Amino acid sequence: MRTSRTSCKRPQLPGWGLTFGFTIFYLTIVVLIPLLALFLKSITMDWNEFVATMSHPRVLAAIRLTFGASFLAALINVVFGSITAWSLIRYRFPLRKLLDALVDLPLAMPTAVSGIALATIYSHTGLVGSHPFPLGIKTANSSLGVLIALIFIGFPFVVRTLQPAIEDLDQEMEQAAASLGATRFQTVMKVTIPSLLPAILTGFTLAFARALGEYGSVIFIAGNLPMKTEIASLLIVSRLDENDIAGASAIAFVLLTATLLILLLIQAIGWYFNRRTGRQA
Amino acid sequence: MSVEVRSVSKTYGNFTALRDIHLKIETGELVALLGPSGSGKTTLLRIIAGMDTPDAPSTATANADETDGSIRFFGEDVAKMSVGQRRVGFVFQHYALFKHMTVFDNIAFGLRVRPRSSRPSKSEITDRVHRLLKLIQLEGFGQRFPMQLSGGQRQRVALARALAIEPRILLLDEPFGALDAKVRQSLREWLRRLHEEMHTTTVLVTHDQEEALEVADRVVVMNQAKIEQVGSPAEVFHHPASEFVIDFLGNVNVFHGRIAGGNFQPGPLSTNSSQLQSAGTSSSANKIYVRPHEMKIARMKEDADAIEATVERINRAGVNAKIHLQTKQNDQVRVDLPLDQLDALALEIGERVYFKPIQARVFAPDYTI
Repeated sequence: MRTSRTSCKRPQLPGWGLTFGFTIFYLTIVVLIPLLALFLKSITMDWNEFVATMSHPRVLAAIRLTFGASFLAALINVVFGSITAWSLIRYRFPLRKLLDALVDLPLAMPTAVSGIALATIYSHTGLVGSHPFPLGIKTANSSLGVLIALIFIGFPFVVRTLQPAIEDLDQEMEQAAASLGATRFQTVMKVTIPSLLPAILTGFTLAFARALGEYGSVIFIAGNLPMKTEIASLLIVSRLDENDIAGASAIAFVLLTATLLILLLIQAIGWYFNRRTGRQA
Repeated sequence: MSVEVRSVSKTYGNFTALRDIHLKIETGELVALLGPSGSGKTTLLRIIAGMDTPDAPSTATANADETDGSIRFFGEDVAKMSVGQRRVGFVFQHYALFKHMTVFDNIAFGLRVRPRSSRPSKSEITDRVHRLLKLIQLEGFGQRFPMQLSGGQRQRVALARALAIEPRILLLDEPFGALDAKVRQSLREWLRRLHEEMHTTTVLVTHDQEEALEVADRVVVMNQAKIEQVGSPAEVFHHPASEFVIDFLGNVNVFHGRIAGGNFQPGPLSTNSSQLQSAGTSSSANKIYVRPHEMKIARMKEDADAIEATVERINRAGVNAKIHLQTKQNDQVRVDLPLDQLDALALEIGERVYFKPIQARVFAPDYTI
């Protein structure tokens, strides 16, 4: 972020050419070439075929579910992840380090393993799933199951992004608010949360992006009913199974473009906030 | 009387931050708590503000008063009041401004968080914030964010924010500590003028003796969890009550020696006792203290008790020249001399001179052995 204006014209630090060259090279082989291949594959279809593939109700339903559940999961994670990060940083209690390590578990576990674990626990006979089932709430084989899996895998991103931000938070700011007569609730709402907003936004973005692409942990719990609980990444895989490579690429391309646009939008909101508060000199 | 601190102590584990502190602050006064870091001055300020709680008074002591360990504002015990209820304006060293809010919103914060019943109307808030912006000479800066201001400007905003709630007492914790010398000097003078206008009872914590002596009506010198001396700036400077105070308030030369028969006989120095200003009983004092400006230098041994030394260094920057002398015993002595006197003497480095204290002090030794 700091490089923006001055260093583009004349980089002062030595090694700029080398590091920038490497960055471009790396991004090209790791990101750009696969993306290009994806794009080239999907343009083997003509426009009518492309529209037909994309406007298929099953495809639309899968995309809607993927974006909707991911958004909701990221939102829920922001709330509970913030609370978790807050208590891990601000309070001292026994087993804090252990709890802190547990946060990373969803990242470290093979997604298939967590998927099977979630499916078992949340099935209608499972440890958790058996309780809401008599009330008519299905936690597995439903879109709720998709949401649960996406919350699970997005959680560490929010906690890990917020922890350093909470640690850096100037506690004197809260004391100042208290000395000015603000209640604890007012202080949290008007001072603490707004100060953490950039980090909250970043955490949300990461959790959201992770959820959009999630495959392994979702497919075991979702039930994968077309039109109901089928997510976009699963649809892509089934298209590949049907040997419809162009169709799979088209869906993937649209998914990717939409993701990129949403991420850019969230970034732009973040820039706007930072610019407003003058955080970037 | 605005603030009364009665027998307040504070310990953190094994560390004693405050030991049985008694302090009274009169209404409208500007009092400076002065001391080195770790002397307990900030802890005392935070206890007055209600951000720290003093230790519970030990009831074991025979003469324990039930008001021990209490803080009173205008006679009212505030021990159980929260920071917000005490209505103190607190200014932090590092400003603690709300970074996501404009200057205007920062200053208005204390008014806007009030319960609806006592909250001023919107236009009243706007009026008051504009008056405060004018007071801190930042009119037209209301829509800026703290990050867009200089350090000195930020601290003025922090002060305005504290003043907005019309505090009963204004508490400043090293308010100018993070600023550079020039800004610090001008803010210091500005604060003094502001205090003359508003007459809000103010407690200022500082480790800068110059700041304390210049700004405050009264100075409370603190050291190692205790108050060493309370007095006007002139009193503490010219009549320091202890070795610590004289040492902390400016430069001082220390001579080691003994008092014998009313005469002090330091290693190299002999001074008539009539010139000694003693604090406490000085019968067995073994150090005498002489400020650099309380010395005279001559080229000839005019007085029998003048001491021989060589000129090591002369620094002419300032109102007084700072002259470093070295005695035969390799003791370093500092003498401040007005520039015209220095010129009259025409001293050169390496020259032999004779110096003599005009005024000196001895203190009763601490019986801490």
